[in-house]
Amino acid sequence: MSGVMVLVEHRRGEIREITWEMLAKAQELSSSLGVEVQAVLIGRGLSGMAQELRPFCHRVLVAEEEGLEAFNSEPYQQVLGRLIEERRPALLMIGHTAQGMDLAPSLAAALDLPLVTDCYEFGLEDGRLWAHRQMYGGKLSAEVSSEAPTKVVTVRTGSFDPEGLREVGGEVEEIKVRLDPFPWKRFLEYVEAPPGEVDITQAEVIVSVGRGIGGPENLGLAEELARALGGVLACSRPVADKKWLPKDRQVGTSGKTVKPKLYIALGISGAFQHIVGMKQSGLILAINKDPKAPIFQVAHYGIVGDLFQVVPALVAKVRERKGG
Amino acid sequence: MDVVVCLKRVPEVAEVDLQVDPTGKRVKTEGLPFVLNDWDSYALEEAVRIKERMGAKVTAVTVGGEEDEEVLRRALALGADQAIRISDPRLQAPDAFAIARVLAQLIKDLPHDLILVGVQAADDGYAQVGPTLAELLGIPHATLVTSLELEGGKARVRRELEAGLEEVLEVELPALFSIQSGINEPRYVSILGIRRVAKKEIKILGLEALGLEPEGVRPKVLLERLFSPPVGEGAEIITGGVEEVAERVAEIFERGGVI
Repeated sequence: MSGVMVLVEHRRGEIREITWEMLAKAQELSSSLGVEVQAVLIGRGLSGMAQELRPFCHRVLVAEEEGLEAFNSEPYQQVLGRLIEERRPALLMIGHTAQGMDLAPSLAAALDLPLVTDCYEFGLEDGRLWAHRQMYGGKLSAEVSSEAPTKVVTVRTGSFDPEGLREVGGEVEEIKVRLDPFPWKRFLEYVEAPPGEVDITQAEVIVSVGRGIGGPENLGLAEELARALGGVLACSRPVADKKWLPKDRQVGTSGKTVKPKLYIALGISGAFQHIVGMKQSGLILAINKDPKAPIFQVAHYGIVGDLFQVVPALVAKVRERKGG
Repeated sequence: MDVVVCLKRVPEVAEVDLQVDPTGKRVKTEGLPFVLNDWDSYALEEAVRIKERMGAKVTAVTVGGEEDEEVLRRALALGADQAIRISDPRLQAPDAFAIARVLAQLIKDLPHDLILVGVQAADDGYAQVGPTLAELLGIPHATLVTSLELEGGKARVRRELEAGLEEVLEVELPALFSIQSGINEPRYVSILGIRRVAKKEIKILGLEALGLEPEGVRPKVLLERLFSPPVGEGAEIITGGVEEVAERVAEIFERGGVI
């Protein structure tokens, strides 16, 4: 019987959170379909991670090879390609992460398999895959389907809760794959982001600006609100991309994850990658012109309006209360 | 050096109340402003900078209808040497694989040392066409590229990982790179600049001209329907005049212990 396969994502010897999230979903599918959960672990020095995974899968498939010290889509594609041809899983799950985005499309193309990327929910019914994913910056969702015997999905981080993982007590199986050389794509090194002038992760109040701030000339307005509240200025991706604020002020997947007491989102639409980085803040206020902006789904309070009118009024009221 | 850059024209949906059309599978695009996909504008700028720095022939490609030519005009105005539009009535509802398939069929016969694409499109966001295209052409790729240096038939690229971490890769050319936003600062294109290239020829190719059977571009996955995303609890929306709203928020801050 074909199983549900999960590609284990790990970096620098540590299993990444997305792996446990995918395993939780794989367990759910496996019990309703009566098939195995198989975790695929590729790299070097894997025995510790294999033991960590083993209780939660029926089978941990371990491919340990030289030259696999760091992730590289080329050898991963070779190993997964051979495993899929041999074992024909009903579904292969890969994280929609920097690793998965580099690997899944070329793997699917090489094996002529259907791929649905960035899914937040999916299921298998009579062999048919249905998958839900967001489009248009989170304003709409789409249902996508495939009836092929083996499908690949990439899974959005935070979509499934690893709290529900059960022990199913599986076994570890070593896989021998003789790798073809892959000299055309070489990993050289990791580079850490340089520390910034201000550490926004330590702030109790964050005033964060998005595209709606309009331009660097308007940052003073947000800065004033931050100062009135004793907070710091942060931003969403487009603002850092445009260099209106330095990269170390960026909140989100590729930037910082913050949990201040108060997070104020000014002119931020709320792309998923941003929300991941701030949704655990104590109190979230969003000010945006667009009532349909996804940021209003995670905010506790919202103001649908022009931030250029609201913010100065708010600065005055905050100062008034502080003074009084 | 031959550089091919793949571009897509997408609707700008911020501050728009998006409606689904009667098929249930597409959004109503009438009246929506369209722009060059943001990620593609960084890929295009990168292509133009390579041309300026080391001399290159830049070819801009898109798949779409006549209205999509505006992104090719923009590329020509910025310095692209030629522009090609792939267009065919049988490409009405292509999936990412079908798009990669037609692009591969075109690009395999064009000289190409470097293929640049945006990481993803702002509309459907699959982030799939680039690496799929690389695989179909049998060349290496790297996605989420935040810096690109070329030297001696090789590229040294940085890829964006999570939480500020990046990795450095060395990739042999020919290769495909998907460009992350923020890699450069895309320059402004004036209306005059676009007008100047209005008469430049844009080559248009259909499936026959590419030597592709309709079977070859059949989607592998089907888009069944579009629907409103599941909603969270949602914010309590504070309404009223500016003064009133500000007063109410200040009160919430005070109650929450932040002032």
